[in-house]
Amino acid sequence: MDILDLTAVELGERIRKRELSALEALEAVYGACRARDRNWNAYAAFEIDPARTAAQRAQALLDSGEAVSPLAGVPVGIKDNLNVRNCLTTCASKILRGYRAPFDATAVRKLKDAGAVPAGTLNMDEFAMGSTSETSCYGPVRNPWDRERVPGGSSGGAAAAVAARECVCALGSDTGGSVRQPASYCGVTGFKPSYGRVSRYGLIAYGSSLDQIGPLARDVRDCAALLDIIAGPDPMDATSIPFPDTRFLDALNGDIHGLRVGVPEECFGDGVEQDVQTGVEAFLDELKRVGAELVPLRLPFLRYAVPVYYILATAEASSNLARFDGVKYGFRAERYTTIEDLYTRTRSEGFGKEVQRRILLGTFVLSSGYYDAYYNKALKMKQMIMDGFAEAFRRCDVIALPVSPTTAPALGSSLSDPLKMYLSDIFTVPVNLAGLPGLSVPCGFDRRGLPIGAQLLGASGADATVLNAGYAYQLATDWHKRRPEGLEVSGNV
Amino acid sequence: MRYEAVIGLETHVELATNSKIFCSCGGHSTKGEPNTRVCPACAGMPGMLPVTNRRVVELAMRAGILLHCDISRYTTFDKKSYYYPDLPCAYQITQWFHPVCRNGSVEVTTKDGTRTIGIKQIHMEEDAGKLVHDDWTETTLVDFNRTSVPLIEIVSKPDFRTADEVMAYLEKLKTMFRFANISECEEGAMRCDVNISIRPEGTEELGVRTEIKNMSSLSSIRRAIQYETARHLDAVERGTETLVQETRRWDDVKGRTFSMRNKETAADYRYFPDPNLMPILIGEDWIRRVRDTMPASIEEKTAEYQSKGLSEKEIASLTSERALCDLFDAVTAAGRDPKEAASWILTECGGILRKHGQVMGELRVAPEKLSRIMEKVSGNEINRAAGRKVLEAVLYEDADPDAYCKAHNLSAQGDADAVRQVVLKVLDATPNAVKDYLGGKKKAFQALFGGCMKELKGNGDPQVIRTLLEEELSKRS
Repeated sequence: MDILDLTAVELGERIRKRELSALEALEAVYGACRARDRNWNAYAAFEIDPARTAAQRAQALLDSGEAVSPLAGVPVGIKDNLNVRNCLTTCASKILRGYRAPFDATAVRKLKDAGAVPAGTLNMDEFAMGSTSETSCYGPVRNPWDRERVPGGSSGGAAAAVAARECVCALGSDTGGSVRQPASYCGVTGFKPSYGRVSRYGLIAYGSSLDQIGPLARDVRDCAALLDIIAGPDPMDATSIPFPDTRFLDALNGDIHGLRVGVPEECFGDGVEQDVQTGVEAFLDELKRVGAELVPLRLPFLRYAVPVYYILATAEASSNLARFDGVKYGFRAERYTTIEDLYTRTRSEGFGKEVQRRILLGTFVLSSGYYDAYYNKALKMKQMIMDGFAEAFRRCDVIALPVSPTTAPALGSSLSDPLKMYLSDIFTVPVNLAGLPGLSVPCGFDRRGLPIGAQLLGASGADATVLNAGYAYQLATDWHKRRPEGLEVSGNV
Repeated sequence: MRYEAVIGLETHVELATNSKIFCSCGGHSTKGEPNTRVCPACAGMPGMLPVTNRRVVELAMRAGILLHCDISRYTTFDKKSYYYPDLPCAYQITQWFHPVCRNGSVEVTTKDGTRTIGIKQIHMEEDAGKLVHDDWTETTLVDFNRTSVPLIEIVSKPDFRTADEVMAYLEKLKTMFRFANISECEEGAMRCDVNISIRPEGTEELGVRTEIKNMSSLSSIRRAIQYETARHLDAVERGTETLVQETRRWDDVKGRTFSMRNKETAADYRYFPDPNLMPILIGEDWIRRVRDTMPASIEEKTAEYQSKGLSEKEIASLTSERALCDLFDAVTAAGRDPKEAASWILTECGGILRKHGQVMGELRVAPEKLSRIMEKVSGNEINRAAGRKVLEAVLYEDADPDAYCKAHNLSAQGDADAVRQVVLKVLDATPNAVKDYLGGKKKAFQALFGGCMKELKGNGDPQVIRTLLEEELSKRS
């Protein structure tokens, strides 16, 4: 068996048993990337030297008995918007080409401290803005289940790499579904923790009030193991929340007897592809079969989520991305006359179309005279959505719904109609607005053989409940164990 | 028709904190080589996050309490967006929607009497960096040392009528803030924007308002106000120009203001709450703690020092600097006499500083050391002249008083036992003189005394030597 078919927890066990070393695990990942990634373009960069150094350090920690994490020695792919000290960190944008991070993101530092090995930076939509991973300055990522389809986004490189066995597990970021939706399109497991659970320090911000770092992996256990490492309050992030300390991996027991699963009627029916609906309904049946109780819900406020999200996220983005002005680091336009001209040319040439569109949207909604009509109103709606979910969680413990109304669309079919692309975020963005934990698990395939994902949500802080529900489902099914065919063959093309 | 000026002030004050407002870099913008007081956070590197320095909030509250403001129970930080190379994030974190203090007042006294100036609000914000233009190479460089240094901005109501009132107000803020350890108010640490309009006396309606930006010297502010008021008067009375609402810049060399931008071209700052910083909730407890730990005001200190018997002149000198009060309080707390302490600080320290071309404000001395010197003098271990010598060494060589005395043999004279040994030695060595003295030749006493002083290398306390000599001689009679 190929070691890249192992889950992260399994690989960690073998490393701890000295069946293989941290360096061998890293070389396997690096080898797969070198041999096959031209097919998927899942990586933005793979700087092997710092990864080898980290692997040797991890091995030393293991040998000294200091590394006790289940993931000690395990390579972890890192989305290209997370700072890894001295490594390229570019948000897949021309404007940051060649930029090397001067410090580790807290999540990355915690990985290193636990003996895990940051290995390669993963391709993504430019500045995490997109649902297809097509807007990268490194070119589009392809879906390992069908090369002509998108892997989802924005953490498309992470999802594709995990699906294609080019990495064991990865850290992505989720602002409006950017972990869960690509996980769904690529048939892997992805988790967005409660807002504040994982420090955002060192994550290059898109929408600060919505961004959250989350794991993408083969299964729920791997996600829990990664979360164990990266979670926890951080004095460097004033929005991190001191939730009660939980050992997520240990908390998985697969017992969901009596768990009340809310089923919002708005998320089934019109606008949802038939195969997706069928797949998610089968998911509900399975939960029921293993002991859960289904509770019908109405969440009428969900229909406001997309406009509210695109006001808040773009407003914050317009501010967060203002610093990329060509003055201090990154790309600067070659020719300019005045300082204004330097700004204009640098930003016009350095940012891609979708990023510019969102910056303009955000600038507009914050403009004097429009603030109350858009931003302020959206803030109030956000509160309404939070209250609505809080109300729903009085009647149930978790909520189940599709991740996306469709399976992976064809490459190039989304960018021409951004509004349609935005609307497909309908089931993921409300979760970020309310700061809830959300899990995406594979739950079947459509008639074209593309993976379908089901989503489980919990109240803020109920990450362990959500993970356990997903774990119970994965104990009873094997969708998450399916792998795309012909990975090796296409690798030899 | 008689006109009056209507003037409002926005005063930016750099806070005296150890670190910047949102990171742990050192505060104090004026110190350090360019770009040495900077970290990924205050340089706005991608992925950095701000974390509020609590001390900044407390100093802002302190200022609010001094200016009789309401302290907000809910206060937020907001982003103000504009592009400028000295602003690394292209936004400044400030307070727009919920400032930390509102509705205060302060009394200012000029030769025309005392008036109350309303304070609209006080808010916290970060400073920007500095651009350094190099004309020689025609380049502009950025220094981020000042970036994120904490400021408070005190926004007055348009209650000033004369430049004199503005001066009195600024002087008062300066004294108050220095004394309460809110700001060191050094050169450049206090900057003002001035809003001016004029109207016929006795009317309520405001005229066209102009704003003069970013002045830091009191004399510039005075001249700018005088110039701008005259310009408005000329425009209104003689029609020399049409006034427009605009922002202007004061040119200190040319002695006039110039238009920077008008209402139509005004920037849209797109204020919105910074999602990286949670709203700050200020409870009664916190306000009480800030109030209770506030350094005593000048008025309180004056009363306290009066009760300790200090003269008005001494009190005025001590209360001119918070540091002098702290020093005086520490020295008296260590048991030294208040009058003596005031004299040592003001007369002795002051004299030595003057000798070295320094002023009282530059006095830096550990209270324990000053206290120890005073103890030595009052305990007759050394005389006052020697004490002065030790003090100078303490001030300029960071000497330790005891070690210095020992090294320079200043310590033996007051030590009665040591002096007694010297006396006995002199008596034994000059039996003839002793005999003469005991025989009635009182003049021999001078010879014995001189012998002792010589042994003590001139550092002896004459009174002590005399007493011991008489004592020992009487034993031999």
